Amino acid sequence: MNTRKTLVVVGHGMVGHRFVQAAIERGLTETHDIVVIGEESRPAYDRVALTSWFDKGSEALSLLPEGEYDDPRVRLILGTSVDLMDPATQTVTLSDGAVLAYDELVLATGAAPFVPPVPGVEKDNVFVYRTIEDLEAITAAAQNASSGAVIGGGLLGLEAANALRGLGLQTHVIEMNPRMMSVQVDEAGGKVLGRHLTDLGITLHTSKATAAITGEGTCTGLAFRDEDETLDVDLVVFSAGIRPRDAIARAAGLDLAERGGVLVDEQCRSTSHEHVWAIGECAAPGGTMYGLVAPGYTMAEVVVDALLGGGGAFTGADMSTKLKLMGVDVASFGDAFGATPDCLELVFNDAVAGIYKKLVISEDGKRLLGGILVGDASAYGILRPMVSSGIPLPANPEELILPASSGSMDLTLPAEAQVCSCNNVTKGDIEAAVEGGCESAAEVTAQTKAGATCGSCKTQVKKIVEDYFAAQGKVVDKSLCEHFPLTRAELFDVVLVHGYKSFDDIIAAHGTGRGCDICKPTVASILASQLGGHVLAEGRQTLQDTNDAYLGNLQKNGTYSVVPRIPGGEITPAGLIAIGQVAEEFGLYTKITGGQRIDLFGARVEQLPAIWGKLVEAGFESGHAYGKSLRTVKSCVGSTWCRYGVQDSVGLAIELELRYRGLRSPHKLKGGVSGCARECAEARGKDFGIIATEKGWNLYVGGNGGAVPAHAQLLAGDLTTEELIRYLDRFLMYYIRTADRLQRTSTWLASVDGGLDRVRAVVVDDVLGLGAELERAMAVHIDSYADEWSETLNDPEKLRRFVSFVNAPGVPDPAISFGTTRGQIVPDAGPDEPVLLGASIPVGGARR
Amino acid sequence: MTKDTTSLVPVCPLEEITRESGVTALVHGKAVAIFRTHSGDVYALSNYDPFSHASVLARGIVGTRTVAGEPVDFVASPMHKQAFDLHTGRCLDDGTVSVPTYEIVVTDGMVLVGGPKEAR
Repeated sequence: MNTRKTLVVVGHGMVGHRFVQAAIERGLTETHDIVVIGEESRPAYDRVALTSWFDKGSEALSLLPEGEYDDPRVRLILGTSVDLMDPATQTVTLSDGAVLAYDELVLATGAAPFVPPVPGVEKDNVFVYRTIEDLEAITAAAQNASSGAVIGGGLLGLEAANALRGLGLQTHVIEMNPRMMSVQVDEAGGKVLGRHLTDLGITLHTSKATAAITGEGTCTGLAFRDEDETLDVDLVVFSAGIRPRDAIARAAGLDLAERGGVLVDEQCRSTSHEHVWAIGECAAPGGTMYGLVAPGYTMAEVVVDALLGGGGAFTGADMSTKLKLMGVDVASFGDAFGATPDCLELVFNDAVAGIYKKLVISEDGKRLLGGILVGDASAYGILRPMVSSGIPLPANPEELILPASSGSMDLTLPAEAQVCSCNNVTKGDIEAAVEGGCESAAEVTAQTKAGATCGSCKTQVKKIVEDYFAAQGKVVDKSLCEHFPLTRAELFDVVLVHGYKSFDDIIAAHGTGRGCDICKPTVASILASQLGGHVLAEGRQTLQDTNDAYLGNLQKNGTYSVVPRIPGGEITPAGLIAIGQVAEEFGLYTKITGGQRIDLFGARVEQLPAIWGKLVEAGFESGHAYGKSLRTVKSCVGSTWCRYGVQDSVGLAIELELRYRGLRSPHKLKGGVSGCARECAEARGKDFGIIATEKGWNLYVGGNGGAVPAHAQLLAGDLTTEELIRYLDRFLMYYIRTADRLQRTSTWLASVDGGLDRVRAVVVDDVLGLGAELERAMAVHIDSYADEWSETLNDPEKLRRFVSFVNAPGVPDPAISFGTTRGQIVPDAGPDEPVLLGASIPVGGARR
Repeated sequence: MTKDTTSLVPVCPLEEITRESGVTALVHGKAVAIFRTHSGDVYALSNYDPFSHASVLARGIVGTRTVAGEPVDFVASPMHKQAFDLHTGRCLDDGTVSVPTYEIVVTDGMVLVGGPKEAR
């Protein structure tokens, strides 16, 4: 008997997606099969960041890039809407005619833009701003337009205006109220905001009501109520508020709120019908609709909790807002308009600098009730939690908003103060994460999600982490080791500026003692990145970890493994045979690696030169499997053979692997190239991954496998090969210069102030003007590349060290022995004691 | 000088050992790691790393670590980086572990290594 229940989720937006995530995480799928019906053709994406679609494209916005959930009990149906729900039979009818039965129904249909009934709204070039399709349509129309108007000067309207401006249009905003963002800011704040917007070239029309859209079939302008004057524009975007999408609920006879939205109780359960729930913007808990994502997320969690038998409740939401619009900070929180009886206001208004800050304070002057910040919202992180936690104001509250001391005040928030409103993370949660082992703000964000959605609390999270460490007396010491009071990035700059060429000079000038196993390989890597040259060159050889020192990978029994380079994983039959013959001759264990090459295990130190002699003779070179350096660029077979491929992924992978081979970096580097969106090369699991598009290449960065896997994120899209290589040169050099020791690209990206956006600004937009220098540095590396093994084989001084014993160079170390498993050698379990060789072994004198 | 001078065997000229590195020598059937520090001092330790049970210590990085305010010459095992005091063979990361040290002298530019010293 099947006791599993079916739960149908209508809508796959941000809130619907969050519901499914929470259902999987909390185990609801153990008892329920979940079917999610999404109307749009693509899975849920970050609608809050919709405007960034213009820079990054749809893929970067996706909340489910894989296109499906990692739980087989969740089925996602896209491009399909629900036409009908019937609570009596507990079924829904889909737009394709299919009928689904449900045990529980969760409505997450969101809201639709409100388009006022103005004559002419049906004309061409009249848009709304809600979906990726809307943005695609606006972009297409902007090609043949020179001006555009946004109707509605709210938060979303200004986002839309920013988009039109970005598309190169002369941009107008029409607002019925006397100021922009009238819900969030007051008159004085609106004035400051208006001035910022005007400076940016946007024409504001306040206190104006649109009467009609003019034009024959296509929009050519606007007419206003009570005015003769008209405005000529080529396209119009409506952003006049949103309305809950409650049509199917209305048709099914569910209780609705007065202003629309499914009326639900504190657990988001329909007040009129059993087994029906509503969350997000289509819901009206207690009659109020919430047009922000954070309350929607809370509702999603509440319903999962209720279905698991929990008692979580939604009791209203913090409607605080903080955003950056075209570079202008705007924040509004708590009782921003001073609605509390007898409250007091404290205002700082600097018209010259364009900064307006207002605090609303309780009558007794002891509590902060709310506030508005325009032009500089840096104090938001400390102010908003003061409202929600109710902690007393300091004696001189003006300090909180005066420019000189903003942020410098020593305020202690209580543990229950909410820091991240998007994901409901408190200060206590953050401290618990640090106590549990997180060592940086980035790690805290990864674990608690604090700062992971809108990012506005990131500075606050960082400060709490730092304060916590300070309180523990733990100095966050960034020193490389006891010998250098510098970070790796600082050391890199020091070496570059002074042009040092040896460890001795560097430690004499900037360090103490004689170095260690941490700073020596780090300096070796820095010197290699800056100067090129051989890792075993005089003065460098003793700095190297054993892998680099012997140009092989040390294995558990003291032998090394040997990996010849096979660029892009492409190899001729003759090459395969040559490797096979070498392995056979020296009795080595062979295994195919994850990077599409062949690893030969069990080589003794003294065998390495002979093995490499044969490999070099057969045309192979070092694969640098032993280095903190480029390993491989993995590829799928691409358009040469594959019937789906759109670009030559093998050709590009080989080009990139040969370009960056031997490049020393803070940690190992891996790349991948896929010839189409099917992504068979798993490129997004690499430090740099390239995926072919119809128009060129998408470049992703910061991915890795391992214990903490990371998916690479889109750095830039639809690139030519030339652009791709330019950005990649810059990206890799920027990483090499600024990352910490043993920091992979993913953690480096998370640690950079401003994250991926900042790195994109440096690499793609070249805001620091570093582009040419980074490319030059890469060119130095490429020009100075030479195969380390060929050079070693030709240099008796370097070869001298490849012996088992300095006084018995040909005698194998008796501590190494092998067994056999599946027809190949494997290390014997290590002896518990050093092995004594028989007395008959001759002990030679000094060797030369 | 040690009492048992007969057990000293020549292994290589001092010049063959690069400063701040090690070589492995076969002495009386045992693998011995011989190190030369920056100041020119030489030390001999068992080559056997008691943590990884592999004969590898001579291939570790040589440096100094401050212990009780004094710089101590050490080698870091190339396997898992445990540090061993070159003078005493004591593991600086785990005081309960140590490796044997060997008599070592330099005569006429030649390095000679003898038998294990008494445990300290």
